[in-house]
Amino acid sequence: MNVPRAKPPTGYKRHITTDVNPNQLVATTGGSMPKFRKAHELLIEPGRTEKNYWGDLWRYRELFYILAWRDISVRYKQTAIGVLWALLRPFLAMVIFVVVFGRIAKMPSNGIPYPILVFSAMLPWQFFSSSLSEASTSLVGNANLISKIYFPRLIIPAGAVITSLVDFLISAALLGVLMIWLRFVPDWRLITLPLFTLLAFLAALGPGLLLAALTVKFRDFRYVIPFIVQFGLFISPVGFSSDVIPENWRLVYSLNPIVGVIDGFRWAICRGEAHIYAPGFILSVGIVGLFLLIGIRYFRNTEKTFADVI
Amino acid sequence: MSSDTVISVENLGKLYTLNHRGNGQPYATLRDVIARTAVMPLKAVATKFKASVGLNGSHPQGSPFSNSVEDFWALKNVSFEVKQGDVVGIIGRNGAGKSTLLKILSRITEPTEGRIYIKGRVASLLEVGTGFHPELTGRENIYLNGSILGMSRAEVKAKFDEIVAFAEIEKFLDTPVKRYSSGMYVRLAFAVAAHLEPEILIIDEVLAVGDAEFQKKCLGKMQNVSHSGRTVLFVSHNMAAVTSLTRNAALLQAGKCVFFGETQEAVGKYLSSIQSQDSRYEAAPKPGVPSITRAEVFCSQPSAVHESGAPMRIEFDFYHPEPIPKACLSFQIVNQTQVPVLHFRAFDHPVEICRESGTTTLVCQIPRLNLNVGQYSLTAYFSDPPGGQVYEVLEGVCQFSVVILNRTSLWGWRTENCTYHEEAEWTTRPN
Repeated sequence: MNVPRAKPPTGYKRHITTDVNPNQLVATTGGSMPKFRKAHELLIEPGRTEKNYWGDLWRYRELFYILAWRDISVRYKQTAIGVLWALLRPFLAMVIFVVVFGRIAKMPSNGIPYPILVFSAMLPWQFFSSSLSEASTSLVGNANLISKIYFPRLIIPAGAVITSLVDFLISAALLGVLMIWLRFVPDWRLITLPLFTLLAFLAALGPGLLLAALTVKFRDFRYVIPFIVQFGLFISPVGFSSDVIPENWRLVYSLNPIVGVIDGFRWAICRGEAHIYAPGFILSVGIVGLFLLIGIRYFRNTEKTFADVI
Repeated sequence: MSSDTVISVENLGKLYTLNHRGNGQPYATLRDVIARTAVMPLKAVATKFKASVGLNGSHPQGSPFSNSVEDFWALKNVSFEVKQGDVVGIIGRNGAGKSTLLKILSRITEPTEGRIYIKGRVASLLEVGTGFHPELTGRENIYLNGSILGMSRAEVKAKFDEIVAFAEIEKFLDTPVKRYSSGMYVRLAFAVAAHLEPEILIIDEVLAVGDAEFQKKCLGKMQNVSHSGRTVLFVSHNMAAVTSLTRNAALLQAGKCVFFGETQEAVGKYLSSIQSQDSRYEAAPKPGVPSITRAEVFCSQPSAVHESGAPMRIEFDFYHPEPIPKACLSFQIVNQTQVPVLHFRAFDHPVEICRESGTTTLVCQIPRLNLNVGQYSLTAYFSDPPGGQVYEVLEGVCQFSVVILNRTSLWGWRTENCTYHEEAEWTTRPN
């Protein structure tokens, strides 16, 4: 339906000094915006999956860093000791480990200091649980951004996972300190640690995205997450080794995605004392991939309705 | 669609479904929820029984406790085109769908039907200070806000000094933003947004905040932006800003685009839609209360059109149950941007009204009314002398339009040129 368009007025000329030929348009916003020969074109239609989404993610890549940086700097604003808290908290946790598990509990450890055994499992578990909690409330917490500005919404939960990654790295450094103090030298398997870190990141990202998207519509998940995390702590091989699981249950046990990650961490750090049950590990990795796929798909499908529902 | 169209909107529609709670209760109390849940199985049995016997049909939704949904079209069949370099205003009453339209154009929400074609990068400013975190300092927030709006870190760094100079907060860069006054906050927020350089800029009523100085600065900056050849979409309730900045405007009414064309015409239609075009005001007298019962404008041309330069007569009828000594009446002729152009005061003239109880008719004869073209209305004040009671203030009554006839001009007549034409003599002098 065409609306009647009034004739342009006669009278004085509009004061434009340049004559722009749109065919020669070049995007002039510098920095991360790429330069095009042709102007950036966009078609907005209901139900149209945005082909430019992944390109947009790359274009807005700085936002990952900026949102994570914002969350971290805000934590320590107006505190007396500031960033030292980032070191102090894991340090205190480590001290408790050494005292409780090393001196008081005196669990068997096959020649590996018990604190290291537990700490190397706590490390990925802390990362996983904190990124899950942060990611699930990240969208709701940034409601003002979602309803007023466009950028790929995937960045928000991913930024929350990155924030937890920074805490993870600090705790990993403290693990190094602990190893030095206990005079424990890991072997070549430590090289594989970055791989397992990546696996942990992906394992946290999948469910994180899924829960973030679900929490927008059903706020109940806010209350479900702490329960899942607590429950997960008991069924994941953090306080114990996966070896205690009977043989015929191991495959089923590996359906828990974090099992593969924790086994991998233990294997890499503890000089191979903790064996990796290969079929279980592959299944865990598969589950991580599956969750990632489901998470991304559900997130992308519901992303269009966030601004209306949040 | 020609090659220099940068935004093309076709049959855009946006549907929201509204939930209405059954039984007329806006909120469910715990007591109601418990009672409802306990009674539900019994009600289900009763409804089934009634259905089998044939007694149903009294409740349209079946159960008085169910919710009903209603479809609400925030936008319906909106179509228009914007060309490269256009500055387009979007006006309409509250709830007309302007912000929804901007949200869809900014890809924040998806349309229900229709399609939009956009050529060029869009930056939208739907709210000042989005993304500002109160704990971070001004400096950190500039980087944060700039990044969120789509500028890269390098770009923000390059424009940092300009932004700070525009916002005038050099001294407070390193204090947390929660300590800023609201004026500083808004200046900083706008300063960051003003230095975006997108091809298409979408602005939503951000001039509603801030003092006059700030608004002047913003308007100036937006004029710069429009002169540099960028396309701007501008939503505002400030008709003066819309008429001075934009060339074309879209008028939205209840989700439909009823007009797209020259700003003057759009603003005129908008104003006449919010007040009925009637050159006569009439009201019944309230017993015991002095009031204006009639105000009428007699224009030189039919249907409330007046020729500029022609004489005009304006009449008022007053009702006053008791005589009011030294009663004051004045009226202003107000133009379409709500600026009073002329003020006529009866109390400065030797004419007395409300001398006895009853009614009075007052006539004001203007020998030559040299108003510029446009839409006008009256605002009348009826009161005691200063320090006394104000009996009535009528705003926006007696609308009329002014046209210029039998006089041609090389550049034509436009509302924004001036408010009033004064007579003058032009001669040359040999030097």
